[in-house]
Amino acid sequence: MTKLLTLKNIVVVTAVAVGAALLLTGCPSGQGNLLDRGDAAQKTYVAPGEYDEFYAFFSGGYSGQLSVWGLPSGRMFKNIPVFSQDPETGYGYYEESKPLLETSYGFIPWDDSHHPHLSQTEGVADGRWIFINANNTPRIARIDLEVFETVEVLELPNTGGNHASSFVTTNTEYIVGATRFSIPYETDLDVPIDSYSENFNGAFSLIKIDENTGEMSLDFQIIVPPYNYDLARPGKGPSADWIFFTTYNTEEAHTLLEINASAYDKDYVAALNWRKAAEYVRDGRATMIDAEYYHNYYDKSQGMAVSQIKDQVLLLDPKDAPGILYFMPTPKSPHGVDVDPTGEYLVAGGKLATVIPVHSFSRMIDAIENERFIDEVDGIPVLDYDATIVGEVENPGLGPLHTEFDGNGYAYTSVYISSEIVKWSLETFEVVDRIDAYYSIGHLMIPGGDTVNPYGKYMVGLTKTAKDRYLPTGPKQNHPAQLYDISGDRMQLLLDFPTIGEPHYAQAISRDKIMPNARRIYELSDNNNPYAIKRVADARVEREGDVVRVYMANIRSHFRPDNIEGIKLGDTVYFHLTNLEQEWDVVHGFAIKGMNTAEVLLAPGQTKTLKWTPTRTGIYPFYCTAFCSALHQEMQGYVRVSAADSDVELTWRTGDL
Amino acid sequence: MSIRARLLIILAGLILIPLWYIPFWSISMTAPQYPEGIGMYISINDIQGHNRHDLQSINTLNHYIGMKEIHKEEIPELRIIPWIVKAMIAFALIVGLTGNQKLLISWVVLFIVLSLAGIADYWWWGYDYGHNLDPRAPIKVPGMSYQPPLIGTKQLLNIRASSFPYWGSAFLALSFGFATASAWLNKSAARPQN
Ligand SMILES: [Cu+2]
Repeated sequence: MTKLLTLKNIVVVTAVAVGAALLLTGCPSGQGNLLDRGDAAQKTYVAPGEYDEFYAFFSGGYSGQLSVWGLPSGRMFKNIPVFSQDPETGYGYYEESKPLLETSYGFIPWDDSHHPHLSQTEGVADGRWIFINANNTPRIARIDLEVFETVEVLELPNTGGNHASSFVTTNTEYIVGATRFSIPYETDLDVPIDSYSENFNGAFSLIKIDENTGEMSLDFQIIVPPYNYDLARPGKGPSADWIFFTTYNTEEAHTLLEINASAYDKDYVAALNWRKAAEYVRDGRATMIDAEYYHNYYDKSQGMAVSQIKDQVLLLDPKDAPGILYFMPTPKSPHGVDVDPTGEYLVAGGKLATVIPVHSFSRMIDAIENERFIDEVDGIPVLDYDATIVGEVENPGLGPLHTEFDGNGYAYTSVYISSEIVKWSLETFEVVDRIDAYYSIGHLMIPGGDTVNPYGKYMVGLTKTAKDRYLPTGPKQNHPAQLYDISGDRMQLLLDFPTIGEPHYAQAISRDKIMPNARRIYELSDNNNPYAIKRVADARVEREGDVVRVYMANIRSHFRPDNIEGIKLGDTVYFHLTNLEQEWDVVHGFAIKGMNTAEVLLAPGQTKTLKWTPTRTGIYPFYCTAFCSALHQEMQGYVRVSAADSDVELTWRTGDL
Repeated sequence: MSIRARLLIILAGLILIPLWYIPFWSISMTAPQYPEGIGMYISINDIQGHNRHDLQSINTLNHYIGMKEIHKEEIPELRIIPWIVKAMIAFALIVGLTGNQKLLISWVVLFIVLSLAGIADYWWWGYDYGHNLDPRAPIKVPGMSYQPPLIGTKQLLNIRASSFPYWGSAFLALSFGFATASAWLNKSAARPQN
């Protein structure tokens, strides 16, 4: 009885306290307070065992990777190594994967990955592949979304930082690349830096995609003036044959760009008719020039990745191809150029501009037809600003960068310096809502927000600094992301969570487009790795001179063989490891004492090869690094390494005591 | 035997043909690590996983408790039973063509005897797998054996095993039903003349 009374008292006191708090703070209305927060938790709650609505892919930035997330929960599922070696999975260390990281500059074990882009069919993401660019040593990678692994990497020649990439056209006919830093063409051209205007050039790259296999090939490049090409977007609908690029540094500065490339009031948005350009190339208007670059690819059945070295590329000069390229003056050092779902509006993020300029595609076509040119640069007509501009969004905040769309007539622009997102109408070009970002937002992303069919439900902001948002983790902290609900009139912050690497851009897609195709195992019967073994009975060790090949089976819960003797100093040992399991998510690993590369993880049915050169005699334990089973701790073995001149015979065994 | 009775026994024989294509028994297992379950289908001539690699998974799991691996090549019943069923089909056709009532009764009796023998054999097979364990098995639970239930559901360590007839059994039942109907027709046709 007393207990009940006490409980009741507590309830009453709490109710009074909440009431008083409400009176003191004013009734929560609109943004930010008690009611909203409760609501937000509900909107992002995905119950244990339930699935998120969307897959999201965040670029890893300087981690060179691509992380996979669920929306709206903000849970991370996986970190896919792309351009960077990954000691966790062994990617970039095991022999089969190493060719993927080969370039004309040698083996490059890292990069800076910026813009993932999903393959599209009819302007909508189709979930077959996701592409991502390497900004440093210019490359584009393709990740297969049946297995969530990197399967191809293509290097781009004549390019100094492939930033305006990897954006696909509406039917994945092409992916685009473009140089952020103009450089001299040709291999190893040794010229004074101050001969910039004379010797340096920009390049657009048009990479053709095989519609069945997704395989990339560099179809041709277009030589352009020595500006910085920052971002790109293919058009859609009526503008689907075009790709739009932003430029900055039309001043052609090569030193102290901070000042020297910020001098002009306007730089350009470049509009490229890729279909027409491709026709010119087919008609023989392009010239073949020397250019060394690598094409590395892997097949789905997990054979070996291979490197193809290319030495030439077709180059098209706009002077020889009238009507393919136009410049639209745009204020001021624009960063993003984004195309609305109808394909009509081209929104530039003038990062130093005081407005968001919006060009009209149909007005651009009219201006071209009526030759409303104000200038010409290297054969490229410059259109009259007033002829193409259709609106300037006033009061967008300081430093507008990137824009995505909700499909309901609104655009959302990230604004870096004032650290906010502004929502504005594509009808009135007026700001209708704004919300804080924590802090200094770069890209934002609406699932499908760059396609003809956005899901106008959520928006992710990718911000550059966490400061005080989370429990502090030292002077350098991870980059945050925020999830917003954009289904109502006003944007609502739902989640604020740390990420991995530095996500620049992101993509998201309905789970229905990916889940049904996600593979559970690699079929052993399809494993065409020449060093695979398909049955335990095939496990063996073979010596070929100084090379010892261990064909090792991994199956719960042992290695076969697990005792190996007769290895000598001076030998190179290849462990060819095959996971013989054919059960979803039963993963084995392998590590041996003194291994100076990495461990490997083997998905069911996968074969990977680790190269090992022992440097000391003795007994080397090896073990399974993955907690594969109840007897995982027993999954181990020994290798005996003897002196170079010893006469220990090569033997191996498993299980015979 | 009336035409109808003859047709019925012929049908009783022919309806056994789907047994080559449709399993008559299914064993399913779930465990915390197997939320979607794994299992196997038993046909007169085959054992298959519910999914492509389930048999391999079952064998991998079973090796921890020392059970023998299941390989269909090593199960003589899968070679013998198809011949028995073929014989029963041929026998049914002979009964139908000759119209011999005594043969019909023998067919029905033989069907019952063979079915009981089959169930006994299946039980014995399960007993052998569940009890005849490798003494070097890593997991030994004193007093524990792993015989799957003949029919029904049983918890075996972390695995919940269920054993139930599958669609093929319906054809066995239909066959038996047609044959007894044939016999019953004969009996009721014979009665008025008595
Ligand atoms: Cu293991």
